[in-house]
Amino acid sequence: MTEEIIIAGFGGQGVLSMGKILAYSGIMQDQEVSWMPSYGPEMRGGTANVTVIISDERISSPVLNTFDTAIVLNQQSMDKFEPLVKPGGTLIYDPNGITHHPTRTDINIYQIEGARLAAEGGNPKIFNMIILGGFLKVKPIIHMENLEKGLQKSLPARHHKLIPMNLEAVQTGMDNLKVIHKL
Amino acid sequence: MAEVKLMKGNEVIAETAIRCGCDGYFGYPITPQSEVMETLMLRKPWEETGMVVLQAESELAAINMVYGGASCGKKVMTSSSSPGVSLKQEGITYIAGAELPCLVVDVMRGGPGLGTIQPSQSDYFQATKGGGHGDYHLIVLAPASVQEMSDFVVLGFDLAFKYRNPAMVLADGVIGQMMEKVVLPDYTPRRTEEEIEKQCGDWALTGKKNRERHIITSLELEAHRQEVFNEKLQRKYREIEANEVRYEMLNCEDADYIFVAYGSTSRICQKSIQLAREQGIKVGLLRPITLYPFPTKPISELCNTAKGFLAVEMSAGQMVEDVRLAVEGRKPVEFYGRMGGVVPTPEEIVEALKNKFSI
Repeated sequence: MTEEIIIAGFGGQGVLSMGKILAYSGIMQDQEVSWMPSYGPEMRGGTANVTVIISDERISSPVLNTFDTAIVLNQQSMDKFEPLVKPGGTLIYDPNGITHHPTRTDINIYQIEGARLAAEGGNPKIFNMIILGGFLKVKPIIHMENLEKGLQKSLPARHHKLIPMNLEAVQTGMDNLKVIHKL
Repeated sequence: MAEVKLMKGNEVIAETAIRCGCDGYFGYPITPQSEVMETLMLRKPWEETGMVVLQAESELAAINMVYGGASCGKKVMTSSSSPGVSLKQEGITYIAGAELPCLVVDVMRGGPGLGTIQPSQSDYFQATKGGGHGDYHLIVLAPASVQEMSDFVVLGFDLAFKYRNPAMVLADGVIGQMMEKVVLPDYTPRRTEEEIEKQCGDWALTGKKNRERHIITSLELEAHRQEVFNEKLQRKYREIEANEVRYEMLNCEDADYIFVAYGSTSRICQKSIQLAREQGIKVGLLRPITLYPFPTKPISELCNTAKGFLAVEMSAGQMVEDVRLAVEGRKPVEFYGRMGGVVPTPEEIVEALKNKFSI
């Protein structure tokens, strides 16, 4: 199994930390992982993306041009990454702020209203975990107990009390996934 | 078993330095390697092992602090990225001329000048062919993974002390910024003054006591004596070339074509190999791990089986010159590169291979 994922959105949405939690969870189930951020003169509100690879085998390139799954959280990222999903691959996106919805018919497309759900839950910080839940519903590559361990590893100890809330957000994401186009 | 951690390449440089008994780090921040000193400052090793961590007023100051520490037989290092390493070249050539051990980490970014902050490999010439003035070499190690960022800090210091020669870890922005699994080394305590005396007692400035004075200098006013010293340095480099070549070969046994690539580019080429082999093109990879000394012999031997070589670099073509020197015209050597901080994709490397060799 090799899953090549791009997570892309605005800086401040928790794109990089979602990737880190995913990668650490992969390690917890003895898999190979890589986490490669776009880095540059980035800032809050600018674009941010991270390539995460989880695999049973040694990972070759940490930098990729096509992806099994794209998790897209703003319009700029939709424009950039919709074309880079492999045929038969998966696109998951939050419709918040999206003006041009995806049009490809050769990939699976799912929607998760992370921004709305996070706002309704009164905590915008759990946005990325709702999105992660949506992803794990489509691609159950991480076992829930390993996700919990991954959270323990990637969050500083002073935030460990927030882990149950994060796992709840993941469940919310899983329960609210909407199928847009399925092959 | 040691714990598997998920860490950035830059963080691993810092963490390994603390664990391998480094005495001092002197640096000045620059993207994309600022996490090295950030991690050291957060870890506060001066409270734990006594290791000094100092942000100098400039790169020039930092490398000269390294010169001073190395003169005393201390295990000292600095890190920077391309423009900062250019500033350090004067100090580096003095350290090479004074035959002192130290570790310099260069996490390359695009140039020339201030260039970009994205990954590049355009400092190969600077790292392997001198960089500063005078006939000298650094021992240059090129990590291709976060694990090797850790391994090569340890190895770099070992080689530096073995040969009394500065060593360099030549990484790039990809390896510095990415996170991967890493197993860190166990703690090695910093050497005591007695241990330093024992290891470096015949040259280091350890306090004169009852011996002849030691003089650390790169200055010699008499030309013939300087030539004798140059010959000694050259004998050392021949010894390093004979003993310290390191490389990795992947899928070369049946390969018609060989990628030659180091660092992050070698990782991208591994993906290109998969893609090319799916199309029935037999490609392998030779990855130089030491850039100086360069793996000339294994490349030369591959001329017996391969139809051609493609050097892939994030530069305008620098390492390719050493590949051509190794191949000596027996087989075609082509080059593909991206510049300015642009990272090549696995697909475009396969296309380049097909175009260059009319496959």
